[in-house]
Amino acid sequence: MAMLEVNNLKTHFRTQDGVVKAVDGVSFSLEAGETMGIVGESGSGKSVTALSIMQLNPKPPAQYPEGEIIFEDQNLLETSDKRMQEIRGNDIAMIFQDPMTSLNPVFTVGNQIREAIRIHQNLSKSEAQEKTVEVLRDVGIANPERRAKEYPHQFSGGMRQRAMIAMGLSCNPKVLIADEPTTALDVTIQAQILELMVELQEKYGTAIVMITHDLGVVSQLADKVMVMYAGRAVEQATTDEVFYDPLMPYSWSLLRSLPRLDTAGEVRLLPIEGTPPSLIFLPEGCNFSPRCPFVKDECHEIDPSLEEKKPAHKAACILSVEEIEENKSRVDEELGVQT
Amino acid sequence: MTEKTEVSPETNGHSGEYLLETRNLKMHFPIKAGVLQRTVGHVKAVDGVDLSVRRGETLGLVGESGCGKSTFARLVLRLLEPTEGEVIFDGEDILGYDRKRMLDVRRNMQIVFQDPYASLNPRMTVGNIVSEPLKTHDVGGSSSGERKRRVQELLEVVGLNPEHYNRYPHEFSGGQRQRIGVARAIALNPRLIICDEPVSALDVSIQAQVINLLQDLQKEFDLTYVFIAHDLSVVKHISDRVAVMYLGKIVEIADRAALYGEPRHPYTASLLSAIPVPDPQKERERQRVVLSGDVPSPANPPSGCHFHTRCPRAQDYCTEHEPGLDPQEKEGHRAACFFPVLEGQHIEEPATSTPYRAG
Repeated sequence: MAMLEVNNLKTHFRTQDGVVKAVDGVSFSLEAGETMGIVGESGSGKSVTALSIMQLNPKPPAQYPEGEIIFEDQNLLETSDKRMQEIRGNDIAMIFQDPMTSLNPVFTVGNQIREAIRIHQNLSKSEAQEKTVEVLRDVGIANPERRAKEYPHQFSGGMRQRAMIAMGLSCNPKVLIADEPTTALDVTIQAQILELMVELQEKYGTAIVMITHDLGVVSQLADKVMVMYAGRAVEQATTDEVFYDPLMPYSWSLLRSLPRLDTAGEVRLLPIEGTPPSLIFLPEGCNFSPRCPFVKDECHEIDPSLEEKKPAHKAACILSVEEIEENKSRVDEELGVQT
Repeated sequence: MTEKTEVSPETNGHSGEYLLETRNLKMHFPIKAGVLQRTVGHVKAVDGVDLSVRRGETLGLVGESGCGKSTFARLVLRLLEPTEGEVIFDGEDILGYDRKRMLDVRRNMQIVFQDPYASLNPRMTVGNIVSEPLKTHDVGGSSSGERKRRVQELLEVVGLNPEHYNRYPHEFSGGQRQRIGVARAIALNPRLIICDEPVSALDVSIQAQVINLLQDLQKEFDLTYVFIAHDLSVVKHISDRVAVMYLGKIVEIADRAALYGEPRHPYTASLLSAIPVPDPQKERERQRVVLSGDVPSPANPPSGCHFHTRCPRAQDYCTEHEPGLDPQEKEGHRAACFFPVLEGQHIEEPATSTPYRAG
């Protein structure tokens, strides 16, 4: 059985201007030890999906009109706040993007990690202290005894993110949700953090949901990928399938618009025209139709649902696999791209 | 390089190889402490940078946060007064210029900032933002009608609707705002544009639009770019030559192909190996060099070579001597390292025990 299962999750926010469908029917499942990448542009619903799993969206304005999040036979959307507090941090932990704002500046780092441990595990103060030093050592912080007594401002960006990971992993969670964990960091530090996450995953068998806009990070870490656009999952498959044979025009265009280290400078970038739609005024038909290079008349009328195009490869597009492949070569030819 | 200083400014850009040169440029910010605010040390943000930018080229400048890239940009524009050194624009050292002469120089050098939200005044309409440089320098027609036509022309050039002249910045998306910033920068037909992380705040699908726009404008208006970024893929895409900065110094400079193909400085090599590539197959096969530790503080840089604390090839020699950029360039490829990564070598391979050259 899957470790975490999300079925048709909808997270809507009621605002003055109308209902924002931040997440609108997302489903996925995650096994122990597996890593799933969620990619998409800002506002595509990646973070709201994560916050829904953690039940951290403020209610109101957040509502969950449909869907379920199943973790260990319970629907997290229906569990009590008290039970949710036990799960959060203990069974499902989350690492946030900005390590500066997610640590409390007036408490020592050790104090904050110890608090998390003491809430969830029945340990004495000194045992919790020992455990704190141990997890800090685990994430590669030198001098953990001394460092535990320091405040967040005395840590560098990379070390703060390590401390956040230490806190996230202090209770050996079964699921770890990492929301852009390396976006604020330099590449050399990013490499350290990603390596650390893989190491800890191998050690503890944690299932990881990796939210990022960096397709490089996804191809390095993820076993499977979910591509999001305007609150919907538009493609779901193994990482290789999505990168080598994308079946949703959005994922295909996104991959083509990236400057890549291996081909940069030799080819002109192929941007996706236009901008992502407003979540209040979504276009008629397919959300991507105004920007889609493969668009045809029906696309403006029919809203495609996510369907299995190939075994274990789902995409939301009304075109058939053959039509998509034809379109890919047609656009390539028009632009004179060699593949 | 010294003979280039004789180029007269009247030649108008087509003789003399370099449009911009900096010599031994330094910016040391004082650190003040105590009741009397005495200077107790210096942050050496830029510490002796020699760079030459050819006419019409794009010079990429990369490095991690805090390495001094943005400070360098501000020094070139004289938004900050350097502690030491020279900034030579079109053959003349502009550091001695007074306000009035500086105003003339600034017509030819403009900047595009990183944050398209903070760099546009929210209370000004797009028309006012883009026409402000025209007013300041009194060009583009004297009547407001003429100026308006010029501004609308500019908006069209950068791919915005000229009818949006009277809108405010908040009505635009991030990518569109960056286009407004670009329109403002090209309003005076400058020769040099410094792009300080112009796309790093934008979504991937929008990044490509702005990069293509910058490349088109360069061709159309014969612009010279200094392109500052931390994303090495973007820099590789747009630059002709690339310089790598570490703790206020240039550690390697070369043509794009040479720098990315055969990096000599261990820092460049490890930076390149740290970037994840959007190709799962390649990612699985890659051997990554993971540098340990953080970038040291520029207030208290390590002795000798600044990189020795994180360098996988460092020897005792590196802790005592400071390498300058290799004076013997090979096709313009220069690195500041005693034990450079030679062709075919792996960066973690131990280097020869004798330094490549004396410090």
